[in-house]
Amino acid sequence: MTVSTQAAGTDVWLRRFPEFLKESQAAGDPGWLLELRQEAMARFAAAGVPTTREEDWRDTNLAPVARTDWRPVAGNGSGSLVGQVEQEAALAGVGPLAVLVNGRFSPEMSDLSELPQGVILMGLPEAVARHPREVRATMEAAAKAGGHVLGDLNMAYLKDGLYLSLPAGKVISTPIRVVSVHGGEETPTAIQPRLVVSAGEASQATLVELHAGGGGSARLANVVVDVVLHQGAVLTHVKLENESAGGIHIGLTRVRQERDSNYDSLSISMGADLTRNDLRVLLDGQGAQCRLNGLYPVNGSRHVDNHTVIDHAAPHTTSRQLYKGVMDGKGQGVFYGRVVVRPDAQKVMARQTNNNLILSDEARAQSTPQLEIHADDVQCFHGSTIGQLDEEMIFYLRTRGIAGHRARQVLTVAFANAILEQVPVPALRKNLEHKIFPEAQL
Amino acid sequence: MLVIKDLHAGVGGKTILNGIDLTVNAGEVHAIMGPNGSGKSTLANVLAGRDTYKVTRGSVTYLGDDLLAMSPEERAWAGIFLAFQYPVEIPGVSNLYFLKTAMNALRKHRGEEELDAMDFLELVKKKVDLVQMDASFLQRAVNEGFSGGEKKRNEILQMAVLEPRLAILDETDSGLDIDALKIVAGGINAMRAPDRAMVVVTHYQRLLDHIVPDKVHVLAHGRIVKSGGKELALELEEKGYSWIEAQAGQQAVVGS
Repeated sequence: MTVSTQAAGTDVWLRRFPEFLKESQAAGDPGWLLELRQEAMARFAAAGVPTTREEDWRDTNLAPVARTDWRPVAGNGSGSLVGQVEQEAALAGVGPLAVLVNGRFSPEMSDLSELPQGVILMGLPEAVARHPREVRATMEAAAKAGGHVLGDLNMAYLKDGLYLSLPAGKVISTPIRVVSVHGGEETPTAIQPRLVVSAGEASQATLVELHAGGGGSARLANVVVDVVLHQGAVLTHVKLENESAGGIHIGLTRVRQERDSNYDSLSISMGADLTRNDLRVLLDGQGAQCRLNGLYPVNGSRHVDNHTVIDHAAPHTTSRQLYKGVMDGKGQGVFYGRVVVRPDAQKVMARQTNNNLILSDEARAQSTPQLEIHADDVQCFHGSTIGQLDEEMIFYLRTRGIAGHRARQVLTVAFANAILEQVPVPALRKNLEHKIFPEAQL
Repeated sequence: MLVIKDLHAGVGGKTILNGIDLTVNAGEVHAIMGPNGSGKSTLANVLAGRDTYKVTRGSVTYLGDDLLAMSPEERAWAGIFLAFQYPVEIPGVSNLYFLKTAMNALRKHRGEEELDAMDFLELVKKKVDLVQMDASFLQRAVNEGFSGGEKKRNEILQMAVLEPRLAILDETDSGLDIDALKIVAGGINAMRAPDRAMVVVTHYQRLLDHIVPDKVHVLAHGRIVKSGGKELALELEEKGYSWIEAQAGQQAVVGS
């Protein structure tokens, strides 16, 4: 009998961990952070990189993550990503800009001169030193929630990222951009940045988060975003995964909403070979509402997996979800949406819709809704569709002189429009339309 | 302009058109009438190029070209327009965008300059008045949530914008109340021109109270069994289709 003493894919991470800890200690990281790292590493070491035997990872094979000898990379690495950063920042639209290069906050490339008064936006190490209470509380709560092995790995190797705090009562009209670019190395590299976002009571803001790859060898971005919306806060959160060939994007976004807060999420996955987004929203106070929208155009042999979990922990909470997949080539799209309504959470309204458009014979879509309702006075709805372009519509357009291939484009864009219309910044919407449908000339 | 000879067509191995012969000249309006199942809509759809119908025999020549060899979009570029019996709803595509895309596709293939958004809007607003539609219709998704009458008016709007040389109107009158019928007929009449032909497919005579045809043809069992002037429509109104069908049935027996 063979006894496996080490969980899959942990080797490379275990090997480097003692040295990483020593460096962190030498750099003066506080004890609580070192402790959180060690606990997270222990959980990761025990569980290993998930395999498709695990229910949560059934449709997404992380073998490329488990078998690669990922190296750390910091700052500008061996190359210069300046040009790429500028390009990605332009794609993300307008507004104050915070830049992460290879997982490290770069004040030089950031432009925070227009940051509204009272808004705190700084690198995570600085925040650990200057706002330890808030950062620690968020991280401890997140670590306690657990349930995500790669989230544990992110915690274990947590070194840098961003801290964004929106002051109570502040209405910020200009969007805030966070752009993370990674790559350009000759060996496979991994980054594990963390964003901590705290939206103060009755604050209002828009955050545009963009992740891109800078070419070179294989890249793993294992990103965790922790968001808290305090009472009455309104946050629009756009997440753009704009990686390129060779990139793997694993994103875990955890959101906790207090009473009467409103969280609006828009997630668009555009380029990585493999993307897995976990979006977990805890509706923790009466009257809290969230709206989660997603678009995943998947072509080539890409794979995009969106997992959402909405936990209605309080009465009078509302959630709406609309995820749309457009699969072409050999692309694979997965949507898994779980909605939990806890026993005392009466008067809950939850709607979940997932529509998939299949454009080729070899493309695949998977859709799994899961409702767990433990209260009796609730309104829950879910629906999912997987289909092709409507031949009647194509014929109609052709009889008006719109050629077959163009008719298909028009109808594909029309399918995605329900999501693109939600993009809160007009300039950004235009950029995305051009990026996703370059031939459509809208 | 349009010469149809011995046209046989069907769907799924079932023959629906049994040898149609029809010639339509520029400037003429022809009405095709007939009972349900006589092949009226099949004829309209075959002319527009719907590939679910297979042509098994015969020919269709349009302005000297073999129409049956052309794709639906090529027919549109050559000036053919089909007003659908059941206009299709297209969520996510605004009427304005749809019209502009169609218009510019036609212009491009005719070697004309494409219209920019401002010029097009100006043009389309005039056409909107013709079918008495509110300009807000332009911002709505194509036919989505439109009433039956609105959908038919939208077809006429498209015809007015695209200015075809040969318009085929497939039961454009069905399901319309009298006010909507008058608007639709008014739109069609305004489009009559010496260089434009129209084929109006209808089940009822009442549309022909408003659109006076040059010729009326009665279709039964996939054949034109009777042709005449506008008075033929009145005769049908009075007597119904049964006598024609009976006559056609006899002919079929004799023919076999």
